[in-house]
Amino acid sequence: MLVIENLDPVILARAQFAFTVSFHFIFPAFSIGTASYLMVLEGLWLKTGSGVYANLYRYWLKIFAVAFGMGVVSGVVMSYQFGTNWSVFSAKAGPVIGPLMAYEVLTAFFLEAGFLGVMLFGINKVGRGPHFFATCMVAVGTLISATWIISVNSWMQTPAGYAINAKGQFVPAGSWLPIIFNASFPYRLVHTVIGAYLTTAMVVGAVGAWHLLRDRANPGARKMFSMAMWMAALVAPIQILAGDQHGLNTLEHQPTKVLAMEGHYEASPEGASLILFGLPSNKDAVVHGKIEIPYLGSLILKHDPKAPLPGLNDFPRDRWPPTPIVFWSFRIMVAMGLAMLGLGLWSLLARWRGKLYDWRWLHRAALALGPSGFVAVIAGWVTTEVGRQPFTVYGLLRTAESHSPLAAPAVAASLVAFILVYFGAFGAGTYYLLRMMAKPPAAGEPEPSKVPQRAAGITPASGVVASTGREA
Amino acid sequence: MNVEHLDLTIIWAGIIGFAVFAYVVMDGFDLGIGILFPNLSVGGERDQAMNSIAPVWDGNETWLVLGGGGLFAAFPLAYAIILPATYPLIIAMLLGLVFRGVAFEFRWRDPRHRPFWDVAFSFGSVLAAFSQGITLGAILQGVRVEADAYAGGWLDWLSAFSLLTGAAVVIGYALLGAAWLVWKTEGPGQERARRLAFWLGGATLLALFAVSAATPFLTYDYWRRWFAMPGVLLTAQVPLLVAICAATFFWSLKRGAERLPFIMALGLFFLGFVGLGISIYPYVVPRAVTIWDAAAPPQSQLFMLAGAAVIIPIILGYTAWAYWVFRGKVGTHGYH
Ligand code: HDD
Ligand code: HEM
Ligand code: HEM
Repeated sequence: MLVIENLDPVILARAQFAFTVSFHFIFPAFSIGTASYLMVLEGLWLKTGSGVYANLYRYWLKIFAVAFGMGVVSGVVMSYQFGTNWSVFSAKAGPVIGPLMAYEVLTAFFLEAGFLGVMLFGINKVGRGPHFFATCMVAVGTLISATWIISVNSWMQTPAGYAINAKGQFVPAGSWLPIIFNASFPYRLVHTVIGAYLTTAMVVGAVGAWHLLRDRANPGARKMFSMAMWMAALVAPIQILAGDQHGLNTLEHQPTKVLAMEGHYEASPEGASLILFGLPSNKDAVVHGKIEIPYLGSLILKHDPKAPLPGLNDFPRDRWPPTPIVFWSFRIMVAMGLAMLGLGLWSLLARWRGKLYDWRWLHRAALALGPSGFVAVIAGWVTTEVGRQPFTVYGLLRTAESHSPLAAPAVAASLVAFILVYFGAFGAGTYYLLRMMAKPPAAGEPEPSKVPQRAAGITPASGVVASTGREA
Repeated sequence: MNVEHLDLTIIWAGIIGFAVFAYVVMDGFDLGIGILFPNLSVGGERDQAMNSIAPVWDGNETWLVLGGGGLFAAFPLAYAIILPATYPLIIAMLLGLVFRGVAFEFRWRDPRHRPFWDVAFSFGSVLAAFSQGITLGAILQGVRVEADAYAGGWLDWLSAFSLLTGAAVVIGYALLGAAWLVWKTEGPGQERARRLAFWLGGATLLALFAVSAATPFLTYDYWRRWFAMPGVLLTAQVPLLVAICAATFFWSLKRGAERLPFIMALGLFFLGFVGLGISIYPYVVPRAVTIWDAAAPPQSQLFMLAGAAVIIPIILGYTAWAYWVFRGKVGTHGYH
C-alpha cells in the first residue's frame, strides 16, 4: 500500500489511458477495413453470383464478428475513460469536443449496432437486397465513426474555432465548421482510414498466403491473396504520399512534434539532414551516435534541400515532447510502410510474370507482414499522441493540468485490472481469430438467400463447422 | 442566462434521461439473462436464452454510450464530477461489460471452454448490474463537490444505502430478463422463466419498497419533495400506479400471458425511474450541481439538438426494424 501511495497518480492515469486506447484501436483498425472488404465481397457475390465470393464473405464475416465484438467492448471503456481519468480536460473541452462525440454515437454507433444483428444473423430472414444494405450500413458506420473521433483528436492537435469562457472552458466561438474541419483533420482522417485498409489488406494477404503455402489450388485463398496484393500495390504508395503531406501539415502547426520525430535539436539554417538512426536525449539535447544523410531532411519536409529548418532548441524546453519515443515510433511506422510498399511491388512483378500463386518467398513475406498494419497504426498513434505532449489541447491545456482528482490506489488497482482482463479476454479472442484464419476457406458455400441458419452464435452453421475443423 | 438556454437545458436533461431509461430497460433484460444464466440448464435453455439477445445486445449497449457521451457533451461538469466520484464502480462496470460482451461470440467459438465463458457471461452481467446500482445509490446520497470538482475520497460511494440500490438493480434486471424469456422462448425453458419471473416480481417489489422507503430519509429535501403538500397529491400517484402494474404483472403471469408480463415489468421500471426523477430534479449531482450549473453553453446544446431531433427518431425506426426482423420465438435452433 505504501508503495502504491507513492506512485504518481497522473503517470498511472496516463499509462491506463494509453493502454486502453491503444488496445481499443487495434480492433477498429482491423474492422474498418474488414467491414468495407465484406461490403465489396457481398457486392461482387450478388453481381456475379460467383461462389468464391460467397465463400470469402462467409469466411471473413465470422472473423469480423469476433473482432467487432472486441472493438465494441473496448470502445465503451473509452467513452468513460475521459471522465474517469481526465475530468478537468473533460470539463474544459467538453463543450467543444463533447458534441462531436455525441454525433459519433448518434450517426455511427447506432448505425453499426442496429444493422450488425441483421448482417450477422439475418441473411435468410430479410432477403439479399436488405441484407446487402445492412452490410453497407455497418461499413459506412465504421467510416462515420472514424470521421468524428478523428475530428475530435485533430481538434486537440490543432485547436480552432474556440473561445474561452469565464469558467475557463473552451466553447465554440461561432460556427462549428472550423472546429470540425480543423487544420490537421483532413490529413489525419485520410491517413488513418487508409492505414486501416492497409491493416486489413495485410491480414487478408497473410491468410491467403498461409493457405497458398499449403494448397496452391484453393480458389478462396487465391482470390483473397490477389485482392490483398492489389491493395498493397496500389494503396501503400498512396499512404506514403498521404503521410508525407501529413508531416508537412504537422510541421506547420506542431513544429516541436516534427522536430522530435526527426531528432533535430539544433537549427539547420543551411538545410537539414535526415537522421536515419540514433539515440535522442532530451537531457543532453543531442542525438547520440546518429547516422544521417545530408540535406535529405529539408528535401522531405520542405521539398528543397537547402531550406532552413528550426531545431527544438528554438523552443522552450517545457514544450518539448519526449523525443526518444516519438523518434522511434515514427521510424517503426515508416519501416512498416516501406515494407508494405516493397511487398506490393514484388507482387506486381509476380503478377506480371504470371507467378502470383507460385512464388513461395512472396507468400512467406506476405505471411510475415500480416501483423505489420497493426504495428504501423499503433506506432503512428504513439507518434501523434506522444508528440502532442506536454499538452492535451496543443499549446493551450497541459497534460499535467488535465487529470482527475485521482487516488493512486484506485488508479493502480484499475490499471492492473485492465491489463489482466484485456490480455485475458482479448488474448483469448486473438487466439480464436487465429484459429479461424488457420482453417482454409470452405468450398461450395450456398447462395445468400439459402444460407442455412443455425442461430446458435453469430455465425451461421457452416462457418462454425469450418472453424471447429470439419468442412461443411 | 436567457430563456432559450433554460429550455435547451431541460430538453437535454430529458434526452439524457430518455437515453438512460432506454439503456436500463434494454440492456437490463440482456444483463438480466446473464444474471439468471446459472439458473438455466446447460445446453438448450442457455443457447436459447443467448440466441434471444445475440442480435440486439450491441444496440442495447449503445444507449449507455449515448447516456455517457450525452452527459459529457451537454453537461460536461456533471460528467467531470460523477465519474471521478464513482471511479472504481465505473471501472468495474466496464470490465463486467467486457466479460459479458466477448462471451457472446467466444462461447460458440470454443465449445470446450463454453462453461468458462458462461461463467464469464454471468459474472460480467452481475458485476455490471451491481456497479450500476451502487452508482445510482452513490449519486442519490450525494457527493462532495468543491470548486466545481469532486472533492471526496475514492471510497465515499460505499454505504449501506448504495449497496441496497446495487442489490435492487440486480434483482430488477433479473426480473426483466425472466419476463423477456417468457416472451421469447417456449417449452420447459419458458416454464422455468415463468416461475423465476414470479419470484423475482415479488423480490423487485420488495427492493423497490426498500429503496423508496430509504430515499426520503437521506435528506430532508427528498422528504419534502415526496410528502409535503401540495406535491404529495402528485407523488402519491406513483405508488398507486406501481400497485396497479404489479397486480397486472402477477395476474398476467398466472394466466399464461407471454407479452404482458414483460410490458408490466417495463412499467415498474418506468415508475421507478419517474420516482427517481421526482427526487432528483433539478439536480444532476444531488444538492450540489443543478442541470443549469452543469450545462454546456447554448451553442453546444443547440448544435447537438439539431442532430438529435432528426437522428434519434431514425435510430428508433431502424432499431424497431431490427427487433421486428427477429420477432417471434427464438426456439432452440434460433429464430424461426
Ligand atoms: C498502416 C498504417 C500506416 C502506415 C504504413 C504509415 N502510417 Fe503514418 N500514421 C498512421 C498509419 C500509418 C496512423 C495510425 O493512421 C497515424 C496516427 C494518427 C494519424 O493521423 O495517422 C499516423 C501518423 C503519422 C504522422 C503523424 C502526424 C501527426 O501526428 O501530426 C506522420 C508524419 C506520418 N504518419 C507519416 C507517415 C509516413 C511518412 C509513412 C510512410 C513511410 C507512414 N506514415 C506510414
Ligand atoms: C482519436 C481519438 C483519440 C483521442 C480523442 C485521444 C485523446 C487522448 C488524451 C486525452 C490523452 C491524454 C494525454 C496523455 O495521456 O498524456 C491521450 C494520450 C495518449 N493517447 Fe490518445 N486519443 C485518441 C486516440 C488514440 C489512439 C488510437 C491511440 C493509440 C493507438 C492513442 C494513444 C495515446 C497514447 C500512447 C497516449 C499517451 C501519451 C502520453 O501520455 O505521453 N490515442 N490521448
Ligand atoms: C479515445 C477515443 C475513442 C473513444 C472514446 C471511442 C469510443 C468507442 C465506442 C464507445 C465504441 C463502441 C461502439 C458500439 O457500441 O457499437 C467504439 C467502437 C469503434 N471505434 Fe472507437 N473510440 C475511440 C477511438 C477510436 C478511433 C481513433 C477510431 C478510428 C479511427 C475508432 C473507431 C471505432 C470503430 C470503427 C468502432 C466500431 C467497432 C469496431 O470497429 O471494432 N475509435 N469506439
